[in-house]
Amino acid sequence: MLGKLSWEAIPFNEPLPMISMGVVLAVILVVLAVVTFKGWWSYLWREWLTSVDHKRIGVMYVILGLVMLLRGFSDAIMMRTQQAIAVGAAQGYLPPEHYDQVFTAHGTIMIFFVAMPFVIGLMNFAVPLQIGARDVAFPVLNSISFWLTAAGALLINLSLVIGNFARTGWMGYPPLSELAFSPGVGVDYYLWSLQIAGIGTLLTGVNFVTTILKLRAPGMRLLRMPVFCWTSLAANLLIVAAFPILTATFVMLLLDRYVGMHFFTNNAGGNQMMYVNLFWAWGHPEVYILILPLFGVFSEVIATFSGKSLFSYRSMVWATMGICVLSFMVWLHHFFTMGAGADVNAFFGIMSTIIAVPTGVKVFNWLFTMFRGQIVFSTPMLFSIGFIVTFVIGGLTGVLLAVPPVDFVLHNSVFLVAHFHNVIIGGVVFGSIAGYNYWFPKAFGFTLDERLGKASFWCWLIGFYLAFTPLYILGMLGMTRRLQHIPDPNWQPLLLVAEAGAVVIFCGILCQLAQLYVSIRTRERRRDPSGDPWNGRTLEWSTSSPPPAYNFAALPRVEAIDAFWQLKEKAGGRPAPAEYQSVEMPRNSPIGFITSFFMVVTGFALVWHIWWMVICSLIAVVTMILVHGWSENRHYEIPASEIAQIETARPDPGGRAWQRS
Amino acid sequence: MAAVISSGFSTGVERADGAGPAPVRVVVAYGFWLFILSDIVMFSGLFAAYAVLSDNAAGGPTGRELFDLQKVFIETFCLLLSSYTCGLGALAAEWRKLKHFLIYAALTFSLGAAFLYIEFSEFAGMVSQGAGPTRSAFLSAFFTLVGAHGAHVTIGLLWLIYLVAQIVIKGLRPAVLRRLLCFSLFWHALDIIWIGVFTLVYLMGKQ
Amino acid sequence: MLAVACAAMPLVSCQRAGILDPRGPIAEAERLLLVNATAIMLVVVVPVIFAALAFAWWYRASNSRAHRSPELAYEGRIEFVVWSIPTLITILLGGVIWIGSHQLDPQAPITPGARPLRVDVVALDWKWLFIYPDQGIAAVNELVIPAGKQVSFRLTSATVMNSFFVPQIGSQIYAMGGMTTHLNLLANEPGQFPGFSANYSGDGFSEMRFTVKAMPAVDFRNWVSHARDTGAALDAAGYNELAKPSKAVAPVTYRSVAPKLFERIVDHTLSCPAGAPFGAAGCAPSPQAGG
Repeated sequence: MLGKLSWEAIPFNEPLPMISMGVVLAVILVVLAVVTFKGWWSYLWREWLTSVDHKRIGVMYVILGLVMLLRGFSDAIMMRTQQAIAVGAAQGYLPPEHYDQVFTAHGTIMIFFVAMPFVIGLMNFAVPLQIGARDVAFPVLNSISFWLTAAGALLINLSLVIGNFARTGWMGYPPLSELAFSPGVGVDYYLWSLQIAGIGTLLTGVNFVTTILKLRAPGMRLLRMPVFCWTSLAANLLIVAAFPILTATFVMLLLDRYVGMHFFTNNAGGNQMMYVNLFWAWGHPEVYILILPLFGVFSEVIATFSGKSLFSYRSMVWATMGICVLSFMVWLHHFFTMGAGADVNAFFGIMSTIIAVPTGVKVFNWLFTMFRGQIVFSTPMLFSIGFIVTFVIGGLTGVLLAVPPVDFVLHNSVFLVAHFHNVIIGGVVFGSIAGYNYWFPKAFGFTLDERLGKASFWCWLIGFYLAFTPLYILGMLGMTRRLQHIPDPNWQPLLLVAEAGAVVIFCGILCQLAQLYVSIRTRERRRDPSGDPWNGRTLEWSTSSPPPAYNFAALPRVEAIDAFWQLKEKAGGRPAPAEYQSVEMPRNSPIGFITSFFMVVTGFALVWHIWWMVICSLIAVVTMILVHGWSENRHYEIPASEIAQIETARPDPGGRAWQRS
Repeated sequence: MAAVISSGFSTGVERADGAGPAPVRVVVAYGFWLFILSDIVMFSGLFAAYAVLSDNAAGGPTGRELFDLQKVFIETFCLLLSSYTCGLGALAAEWRKLKHFLIYAALTFSLGAAFLYIEFSEFAGMVSQGAGPTRSAFLSAFFTLVGAHGAHVTIGLLWLIYLVAQIVIKGLRPAVLRRLLCFSLFWHALDIIWIGVFTLVYLMGKQ
Repeated sequence: MLAVACAAMPLVSCQRAGILDPRGPIAEAERLLLVNATAIMLVVVVPVIFAALAFAWWYRASNSRAHRSPELAYEGRIEFVVWSIPTLITILLGGVIWIGSHQLDPQAPITPGARPLRVDVVALDWKWLFIYPDQGIAAVNELVIPAGKQVSFRLTSATVMNSFFVPQIGSQIYAMGGMTTHLNLLANEPGQFPGFSANYSGDGFSEMRFTVKAMPAVDFRNWVSHARDTGAALDAAGYNELAKPSKAVAPVTYRSVAPKLFERIVDHTLSCPAGAPFGAAGCAPSPQAGG
């Protein structure tokens, strides 16, 4: 009746998952109780769960990313601890069957459910505002995208307590991920949760490419767009071009596992090398999907806090689009050691080095933006400077690994692990936190506490170097990745330093949580009535904080790069239109939330082979789609009088709210 | 919002860069076209798998033994003709000729259904001979690639029924016309993919 | 202070091991490449880091002595330099990559003309089987080779993807089911070097370690003779027993090896479902084109 599911799936005898589940359930129950007692359900449903507003969806993505960061980071600290103590005769506290799930979950969660949601959240919030649009091209699809991503996250978390997770590493290479070597439900959880979230991400890609190319304000030619919009365009083009490859690859692995096909099996003609090629044909563009928008964030932040235009805008655009194209030509550098031969290895090594050129150009442009500027050390600016220093080291080690003979001795070692954490933490994490601090006042009307922001910066920076410098050294000493037990006692001191680094990073995360809590408690002190706390250059700063649902009462007419800066210089601020017009806005829709609920059920039922449940929930999903596809009444009008009321109630621009914190 | 220009498949006036937000019809068509491109990328992953695995018959039946080019020719004819009737139907809809549209829609559906019938019987025949998708990597790749295309055709036919129902009940309104435009793009794209399948799988497999 | 601490860590760890302690020509060449490529890039990276910190400090808002140019958004000469520096480094590194990849191709012989020692490597769950086809013996988790002589490996896996790696001797290469990869290595001097799998392969992965013992040619011949007199025979039954999943297997040798065992293992993995016993009647080896 319930497929493979039985009470044995719940690990009653294992304290770690049971305690985690207990804590998580307790937190969920407390939150639900608070919401019920305060009567917030209708507000939540109306304003957030069914919202199709890009600003709300952006905030929800960031919240998802932050929550999953806690899960992904707990996995990290568990791994560091195991490696620090399981040396020589000691076996540590995590047997291989668990340790292997922990490192698989760590990678999967951090990439798909922390980094991607953060990046997509920032793009969701800022891009329509920066291009002078009222919302994205397909607002309902946007909501569906978010909820599908959340569905994938929920499914992966269910694997902690019902069944177990994959023990294959986050890449899921066959034949280890095939049924013969991974007979349990773990790999199925991995595959279905990523397929479901992947649909959401693909729809985001379609949505944002259309938005950026078709919905810019009058006068905003492509070469007048903020650089963040260029990098978002590049990232979303990569999503459209790369994510379907992952979909196809996972479909093939799922068919192998569910139907008994032979795409990647050892026998009957399967080809495991093809999986590796297809996976990384997606995988390399994926890392550029993650980093490019954050390059855009750094461009905005550095320009704003240096009080100067970004140096050499055109060259930044060329570099961005160059990286976008080149990212599809380097994928083999992830498996130089698979035996492709010297010519092929050399080609991909050279292409990987070439991609360092536009990245280097960007770094120089950021330096020259700072040069002769007026630099303010706000939290976002600190993260940006920390990024430049840290990322170039990560880039150096990356180019090192791009030399095939060097890769032959460093592949899959913890040197590699240190390299990619170097660029991901230095680039993606620092950029996400910078963007979060930078746009928080726009989203909520008050700035974040600066002192705690700076404290979290120093913790992250110091913690990163403490945690990963030892791994660079250990990789050269011969330590490979994914070890549950450390053979050489000489490695222990370095592993203890790495553990200390993880603890310091944990303090950084605590500082961020404290920053959020304190900032909300003391928000009146840092209220930003002007909408422009940083003396910004781009259009989002011309709206109120938070912006009204319609973003702009009248679509701005753009005449140059840094549109808002031009407005401030020439017109002295936001010119008020002569008369206000009514605005058509998309209605809220429950389809995202409800569809995703049923997709969680579908995914769960597929994992456990509960076929009747699969059919029923898919019918529900299809029904929702058919009902929505029939409707036409998807807009409502905000009358001109209401808009006039909202606009005239805005205080005049002025004051730098954040400086007072 | 701006008025919708209905002039067949052209997306209206070519908007200059910086002319402001595009009209709804352009935005919807562009977004759907992007989605179709992403679907083509997915198919290219399946094509790549087929190309790599096409020689891995593991001692079992090969394409040369299994493919019946005559049936494939008929299938292809049905599908390409259905694209033509779909185009005629879209024109009829643009010109608000409901009866003509319904006839062309029915023709499109029948031709698509004929395609599926032939394909399904081909698959059933292969399975009964012991040449099912679990026999070898070549067959896994074949069934998945061709089957994925067939699944898309099936979804297209169901979508067509749904659209016809909308048109009959609601009439040829702008929103409904936009949905028809998306369907047409989808149906033609399936043709393009079939040409790839026909060439790479059947014609080259028979060599 | 952080920078000093990080720089001090390598010194504090006080170890010359792994790839920083090469004991063969391949490993030596690879270490040289590592050092050279790093040095080339440090020429750019160090000034960039310095500039980032220096610009941030000098142009801070409170510094009244700094000269500001708020309109400076483009300067052709800077542009030219900004594109040229990474391009030149790339051209240089590109040459290094092309030459290095060809010189250090794992499949290329190290000492062409000289007859190498042949070793066939099979990755099992979770141990390494080393077959010496010319000597007719085999060993598990211990690879004994003559020092100063090229060893030519053929590698495969009877299960999942692994990677054969001895850091002090040279390159690693994947071992994959149903496929044969090739590697050539040489140990200069006698010694003992750790080896392991560098691709995660399941629960026993951490214990999938072996020792490489390079010894003078005379000692090697003695070891071979000794192995021929002791240990079990690695026939089909012996192999089936060995192939059962086990971890942290103590080194053992086999006095004889079934003929063409390596080729038959490759074939078996290609034709039979995972877990089927070697030599099983049910799955006949099939002619495999491509793959």
